[in-house]
Order: sequence, then structure tokens, then C-alpha cells
Amino acid sequence: MAAAPKSNDAVIEARSLRIAAIAKDVLFTAILAFVVLGPILGLKTFSISGSLALEQRWGLVAVFAAIAAGGRLAYHLLVWKGPQARPSKAATASALPVMNFGKYIAPALLILAIALPFIPGVDRRIVDLAILILTYIMLGWGLNIVVGLAGLLDLGYVAFYAVGAYAYALLATIYLPAWFGDGIVPWAFFITLPIAGILAALWGVILGFPVLRLRGDYLAIVTLAFGEIVRVVLINWSDFTGGPAGIGAIPRPSFFGLPFIEGEGGFAAYFGLDFKPIHRIIFLYYVILVLALFTNFVTMRLRRLPVGRAWEALREDEIACRSLGINTTSTKLTAFAIGAMFAGFAGSFFATRQGFVSPESFVFLESFIVLAIVVLGGLGSQIGVVVAAIVIIGSFEVFREMNFLKAVMPAGFDPVQYRMLAVGVALVLIMRWKPRGFVTRREPSVALKEKKAIPTDLVAEGHG
Amino acid sequence: MTIAGQDALLRVEHLTMRFGGLTAIGDLSFTAARNEITAIIGPNGAGKTTVFNCLTGFYKPTEGSVILTHGDGKQFLLERMDDFRISQRAKVARTFQNIRLFAGMSVLENLMVAQHNTLMRASGFTVTGIFNSPAYARANREAIGFSEYWLEKAGLVDRADDPAGELSYGGQRRLEIARAMCTKPVMLCLDEPAAGLNPRESEDLNGLLLNIRQEQQIAILLIEHDMSVVMGISDHIVVLDYGEKISDGSPAEVRNDPAVIRAYLGVEDEEEAEAVVERAVAAVAKKPAGQKMAAKKSPTRKKGVRK
Repeated sequence: MAAAPKSNDAVIEARSLRIAAIAKDVLFTAILAFVVLGPILGLKTFSISGSLALEQRWGLVAVFAAIAAGGRLAYHLLVWKGPQARPSKAATASALPVMNFGKYIAPALLILAIALPFIPGVDRRIVDLAILILTYIMLGWGLNIVVGLAGLLDLGYVAFYAVGAYAYALLATIYLPAWFGDGIVPWAFFITLPIAGILAALWGVILGFPVLRLRGDYLAIVTLAFGEIVRVVLINWSDFTGGPAGIGAIPRPSFFGLPFIEGEGGFAAYFGLDFKPIHRIIFLYYVILVLALFTNFVTMRLRRLPVGRAWEALREDEIACRSLGINTTSTKLTAFAIGAMFAGFAGSFFATRQGFVSPESFVFLESFIVLAIVVLGGLGSQIGVVVAAIVIIGSFEVFREMNFLKAVMPAGFDPVQYRMLAVGVALVLIMRWKPRGFVTRREPSVALKEKKAIPTDLVAEGHG
Repeated sequence: MTIAGQDALLRVEHLTMRFGGLTAIGDLSFTAARNEITAIIGPNGAGKTTVFNCLTGFYKPTEGSVILTHGDGKQFLLERMDDFRISQRAKVARTFQNIRLFAGMSVLENLMVAQHNTLMRASGFTVTGIFNSPAYARANREAIGFSEYWLEKAGLVDRADDPAGELSYGGQRRLEIARAMCTKPVMLCLDEPAAGLNPRESEDLNGLLLNIRQEQQIAILLIEHDMSVVMGISDHIVVLDYGEKISDGSPAEVRNDPAVIRAYLGVEDEEEAEAVVERAVAAVAKKPAGQKMAAKKSPTRKKGVRK
């Protein structure tokens, strides 16, 4: 793997040899763990009416042996590359897989995403999780414009998400019915979506102006404060926002005017289907999928336009930008505005999906998760955001499924309680081995002959 | 040599720049003509880069005016303009003493960023460009063609798709000049373009600059320590010391100006002076950019002061 000119067969042979070696080593680890832990964990003495009895717990030993083996496997895959392959420093060898990754995995993921609700065995729970992941992918793509392309560290991104959510909640429950009558309500989502985007973009510009001259840490602190200000205003301006109680009974989206209800005039009746509550979930899934793909499409287009190149140039060197006649003020503001606009769309979707919004949903942790997705994916990488969102949001949910741990751990152990800890540790470990995120290549926006990926070692992280 | 008065492209009048109590430039006046290479030289700390920063809007001068007259008679008062507008409207391009490329972008992308304003108009300020309108597609192709033209001039056409940060030092210098030229300037300000180059690269650079002057019909303003570059290609030299002009004229005139010799060497005997100049020049030329600060403490000027 280390030497490039090796023939394909040799590479495959070397790889299969290595897999065999790893399998052997992992098996040995499992056996060793079993032997060592057997007497310690497997046998427990207790007293029954004065006499000593022995309890055998081989299942527990097996669980711990499996954990040890899993750890050994992770060590092989992540840390120890075998005796021959220890590439000097730059991961030149990893370049190819990453490029292939983007080329083949992205369409595969897209097909999977489109087909997901119709795959047999996919139930409501999985579609719900997919909706959640797609929401974060969309937020990640939106923030990627600000942080990944323009290099402006924004810790208050959730503020724009909140603006979008409250814009939809207020317009759909109070203002649109008051102005246009109740007939408008089924259409409220589609009418409000662009308005929510525009409002969020406006707030992006409002945040952008005072922070134009700030860089790095200072920018991060001010954006963090902005996010908190928006949340505190939402809590305290009770007359308008409903205060801590939030806004409930937000109209659910309709299938372009056909509500998802049982009986006459509903979606199911119109198309002659049996009424099922999952229809609405599947519709919501496709709405967020379309919104997310729209975000991706716009971002990919913008990268090839002068404004996108100016964002990236701004991240690389602001002074050089100005010497080339680029108005850095408007460039920064457009980055804030467009990034905020996508958060507004996502917020609007969030409100219609939940049917309820309150300031509780827009805490700093949300900003942090979105930023973690962007950083973990690799700044500026679109496919990286997808992978990171699946890893982070997916692993949150995995903890809900780990009920078997309750059987082996002491009473009162709830795996859900440990999810933030585990995800935090995972983030630290991933950043240790992949400091620039999963995708460490930048694809140029234009090429004379052929596009060559640029290693992120050369790419600036932005000065804020 | 010097074209006085109205014919000049650039007229700097009574330019003064003070930082607190320190006068970096004091009452400096000079002109630069079209199709000429004007060199600004002087010992370290003489205020050369400050002059550039005033011309390109990175500093606002304390006093004085900087007037740029385009071929069509349009006048720009550079001291009143924002830095990016000077490049955008007045068409003054510059390079930096410590190269400022977009290292993480490809060589071609660097040149495309330089054509931002043209492309921005063609893309309908992004609105029509997002739908890949024919006008934008055409402008984009033209921009790539224009970039290729400059890549050929700079000898970088084979490296077009490589990251700018991976070019050699000389390549990065040439790319920075090509990038500045992609803004289609009427005046090009080069801050020590030959610093850190080996003699062959330095010769290539001379060729590139002479070619730009000849074919593009623009004024070049040059800060340089490398005397082989300065004497070889300049039409007109302005010598600064302690922020003040001490000499102004053709290379031959400046070379024999006693004030210049005094400023550089602090000795009046010409033969000794020339020997010291050569040694000093060689020392400066060898130093890479990172050591420029250290060079400030070099004894070249101290000698003059002691005398």
C-alpha cells in the first residue's frame, strides 16, 4: 500500500494477508481476555444460609472478551497500520480512497436516501431518525458556507435556525390566518418557507455587520453571544413569542393542499390509499430531503461562481483579497446571509415537523453539534458533512438501542445517560487521528486540464 | 527620463505618513510615467513599503495627495479611496513583500479570484450565474483563457492545476505577479519581487517585467534591493532615506549621486563605495524573506550614521 507502483494483484494479496493477520490477532485477544477474566468475573461466590455457593457468569465474561476484541480491532484499523505501512507524514496513500469515496459513495447515498422509506423493514422510527439526520445535514451544509468556505467561525448558528422556526410558527398560527383566512393554513408551510429563509438571511446580515472587523476567537465569542441573545429574547418576549411555554398547535404540512387526515378530502382518500399515519412522516422525509439537496446544489454552484471563490480566497488571505479588488465586507455578509438562509429553511421545517417550538430547542448545544459535524466532516467538504452527521446523530440514537447493556451493568444503568460522554470521547479520538476531519482533500472549483485534489494541509482554516 | 507634470500616470505630491511620533514618510513627491519601470530604492526602513501601502490604500496618508490619471483622462485621488476600490476602479495592482497567495487553492483558481469583479458582473452578481447563464459561461471561459495567457507568460502553465502552495519560491513570486496582472491594471506595484530568488530566477523575472512593460503598456513601480534587477530594468529611480527623497533620476544619474552613496555606505570615496555596494547587495539578495527583519539590524546604515 505504501509503494505506489505495486501491481494491483500484489496490493490485493497484501491486503488479504493483513486481514488474516488482524483476524488472528483479534481472535487471540478474545481468547486471552476470556481466560484472564474468567476467574475474575465469571465466578462469583455468595453465601446461602451460612454455606458458600458459586455463581457462574460466563455471559458477562463473553461480553467483556468481545469488548476487548473490538478494542483490538479498532486499534488495528485506526492506529497500527502494520509493520510495512507507516506512511511518512502526508497521507498521500489515503488520497485515492477519499476521492473514490466522494465519487461513488455520494451517488450510492443519494439512491439510498431516495429509496429509504420503501425499503422493506424500514419503520416509522427509522424514517424519523433519517429526518433528524437530514435536518442536521442541511444545517451542516449551511454552516459549511460560513465556517468551511469563508472561514468565519460561527458559534451562534442556532439563532438563525430559531428565527426560521419562529417565523413559521408565528406566521402559520397567527398572522397568515388573520390576514388571509383559515383557508390558507394547509399552504402555510410552502408560503412561509421562503419568508423564513429571507428573515433568517436578514438576521445573518444584522449579525454580520458588527462582526465584520472581528477575527478568530473574538468572532466566535460574539457569534456565541448572538445565539444566546436570540434565545433569551425568545424566552422573555412572552407577548410575541409565547415565552418559555413556546408556540403549540403549529399546522402540520399538507401534501400541496391535501391534509394528512383520515376520511374525505385527505391525502389517503384522494389517492385511494388506506389511511396510515406514516404517510405524513414519509412526506416530511421527502420535504427535508429536497431541502437538503437544494442546499447542496446551491452550495456546489456557488463554489464555482466568483462569490464562492471569493469566500474561499477570504479564508486563505483577506489582505490579498482586498488587493485584488474584492469587497471583503459584502463577501462576508453574503456568506453570513446565505448560510443563515439555509438555517432558516431548516428551522421552518423543524417547526412544522414538531408542531411545537420553544426556546428549549435552540440552546448552544445545537450550535455546537452542527459545528462539530462541519469540523468532523472536514471543513468545506460536502460529503464529509453527510458522514459526520450520520456518525454523530446516529450514535446518539444508537445509545437508545443498547438495552442489552442494562443486563450486564449494575442496576439503574441507563445507556442513554452516557451518550454525550461517549460522543465527546469519540470526537476527541477522531480529532486526534484525523485533525482536519474525515475528508482531507479539497477539490478545486475550476481546472485547466484535470482537477487535482488539494491536500488540506495547504488549505487555511480561516482567521475568523 | 522623468516626465514632469500632467503627462505622468501617477503623481505623488507632498506625501507624508506619520505613525504617532514617527514620520515614516516626510513630504515625498515623485511621478511615475506610463510604459516605464520606476524603482523605489533605499536602505532598510527607509519607508519604501509604507509608500506602497499609501498608494494602494492599505494606509491612509497623513498628508499629501496621490493622483492617478488614466489614459482617457479620468483622475483618481488614491489617498481617499478604499483599498479594494483602488484595485477595482483605479486599476492599481500590487504584490507583497512576503508572498500572499491563496495557498490552498489551485494556481488557476488564484488567477480566477483576481478576475472577481469582471466575473461578478457577468454572473449578474450571482443571481443569473447560479443558473449558469450563457453570459456567465462565456465570461468564465474567457477568464480561463485570460488566466492561461498569463500562466504562459509566467511559465506556470504546466502547474495550472497544482496547489499554489506547492510551487517553488520563484514560481510563487511569478504567480503573484501574474495574479496581479489578471486584474488588468494600469499600474503594477511590486514589493521586492526578486527577494530570495536565485540568479537564474532573478533573470527570468527581469524578462517577465520587461515583457509586461513592453506589451501591456503599463507603469511598473518596483521596490527592490537586488541592484542587478534595479539597474538592469529601471527607467527611473527614486531613492528614499529616512522617508525622504534624496535622489530621483535615471539609473546612471542615481548611481553617481553622492547623496545616494552617502546614504547607502556613509563613504564618499567612489571605488570603496562600489565595493561595499556589491557586498551589501549580494548579502541582501541571498537572504530569504523570513530574515528580512534581521536584515534591518545590518550595519549598512549604521556606517552612514556614524560618519
